[in-house]
Amino acid sequence: MAETVEYNGKSFDVDEDGFLLDFTQFTEEWLEIVMKEEGIAELNEEHRLVIDVLHDYYKKNGIAPMVRVLSKLTKFKLKHIYELFPSGPGKGACKMAGLPKPTGCV
Amino acid sequence: MDIKPEEMIKIHNPIPKKSWMDTPPDLSEGKFCYPAKAKTMEYLGIPNARDWSPADEDWKLPENWQQIIHEGFKDRLDKYRSLKVFMDICVRCGACADKCHFFIGSGDPKNMPFLRAELLRSIYRNDFTALGKLLGKIGGARKITPTVIKEWFSYFYQCTECRRCSVFCPYGIDTAEVTMMGRELLSLLGININWISDPVANCSKTGNHLGIQPQNFKEIVEFFCEDIEEISGIKINPSFNRKGAEILFVTPSGDAFADPGTYTFMGYLMLFEHIGLDYTLSTYASEGGNFGLFTSSDQMKKLNAKMYHEAERLGVKYILGGECGHMWRVVNQYMGTMNGPANFLEVPKNPITGTVFENSASTKMVHIAEFTADLIKHNKLKLDPSRNDHLNVTWHDSCNPARAMGILDEPRYVLKSVCNNFHEMPVNTIREQTFCCGSGAGLNTEEIMEQRLRGGLPRANAVKYVHEKYGVNSLACMCAIDRAALPPLMDYWVPGVDVTGLHELVGNALVMDGEKERTLNLRLEDLPGAEGDSDER
Repeated sequence: MAETVEYNGKSFDVDEDGFLLDFTQFTEEWLEIVMKEEGIAELNEEHRLVIDVLHDYYKKNGIAPMVRVLSKLTKFKLKHIYELFPSGPGKGACKMAGLPKPTGCV
Repeated sequence: MDIKPEEMIKIHNPIPKKSWMDTPPDLSEGKFCYPAKAKTMEYLGIPNARDWSPADEDWKLPENWQQIIHEGFKDRLDKYRSLKVFMDICVRCGACADKCHFFIGSGDPKNMPFLRAELLRSIYRNDFTALGKLLGKIGGARKITPTVIKEWFSYFYQCTECRRCSVFCPYGIDTAEVTMMGRELLSLLGININWISDPVANCSKTGNHLGIQPQNFKEIVEFFCEDIEEISGIKINPSFNRKGAEILFVTPSGDAFADPGTYTFMGYLMLFEHIGLDYTLSTYASEGGNFGLFTSSDQMKKLNAKMYHEAERLGVKYILGGECGHMWRVVNQYMGTMNGPANFLEVPKNPITGTVFENSASTKMVHIAEFTADLIKHNKLKLDPSRNDHLNVTWHDSCNPARAMGILDEPRYVLKSVCNNFHEMPVNTIREQTFCCGSGAGLNTEEIMEQRLRGGLPRANAVKYVHEKYGVNSLACMCAIDRAALPPLMDYWVPGVDVTGLHELVGNALVMDGEKERTLNLRLEDLPGAEGDSDER
């Protein structure tokens, strides 16, 4: 069931796994919430690049890119994406970028 | 997963102290699938759209919910003679009892298929039989209560509709259909799960479960073609939505999104290019899978119709179907009377070999494993199986193509032609008796991972056997849910075994006309004997 997360005066509607339900609610405060979950102290340029790439792709296509496309667009190997986002490209990076969870045969 | 394998394998299975009717379901956190979102239900026209949780005491059922269930049950008994037979005929002999992967992995008596069916049958007896009305509990009948609804939800979503139990039933009761009816009745009350409803809604909107839009689908396929060019030196330009193509190719969208299915998609593209097939992909019928099958016959019918509409619109002769699981159950079992017959299409004929697929005369849809096996049988492919020499492969018969359709020997024939190292799992775990991945029928969702790992235990155990005995390190399959569900199953129970689709191995072994000397496999890893030439990925 949808829940609401409050943080620094902002509120976010999230699903059971804590993914944003509505991408338009994404703000810098959302980044901070997921950073804490992921144990990331500070976002560096590489984190920002992954998030920007995810935003651009999602705005254009309405879904997250497949992992191989994310690798290609950021020029980061999957292993490095895991170094940046310990929970991986889906539960780490996509969640932080405010994208919804993909469903289906995945 | 917090529970270690050595703990999970200690399956607690004592003789229950209480009657099953007096044992309520466990719906604590982690024991249920997340419910469908109100927004999605409204879009699909499912009644009683609301936000709720199975962990809540009050499920916010409609006021007249008993009446809805009674009438819904009656409608289905009138509509499906099979349901009435399945309700009446079971003698509770127990032949199915220990055949269910969820029972084996959980030890929960209500996962014995006859008892799971009894959850529904007890209400049938009470509502629709004189003896049940007269004898009540002694006659195996009971009245419906909110707890019964919760029990249905719990156990009909602990069944993957794999039909292994049906193989052993002396009466041939199709337990998958019992589960399907149970889920349909629940849906009438607005009880659905997110992992099924979201894909069905996406498929209705964009043509595939993932919600891949047309321009994006095209870009993804082009991305595969770039990798194929890097590997083989051959540039492929597949067509999309092309009218007048001979064949429409349809595969699950998981193959266009999630590894390792993406490598299987590359294998298809390479094969079709090599044989010069006159085919087209569709950005509208961009999904073979049918999550409608897991929720209601109306949704199933709608999603299946889409493939055939597109075939008719494009004017193709027939449909070639990819490595999908449930699509084939729908096409092979229900299509004929549900959407068909597809008389506007022709009986499929392989344009390269001339073979007529008489078995597909009614559905006009050929399985890719049959198609490729036919090409190999007629010597139309040049194959170098040594390119798969780093793999020691076993074959997982994906439940639906195997049990519901009988595609048993074709994939093995293909497999043995494209790789040198192949070992079968024990006989009672393959072919018709294959064990499910534990995540089919819309249950490949993360929140029930413990249930999935338990349900997948019998399959994993058979893999472990060949892994230890023969050094098997690759589990090949032909279903997109398998390709999504088996990797975490292997990581948990049998680390060191990777998962692959059949046509990924075909793509590796295929010697294409005009290709450059290959040093990489479809995953862009070094081929055996060419180590050290590429970057690690």
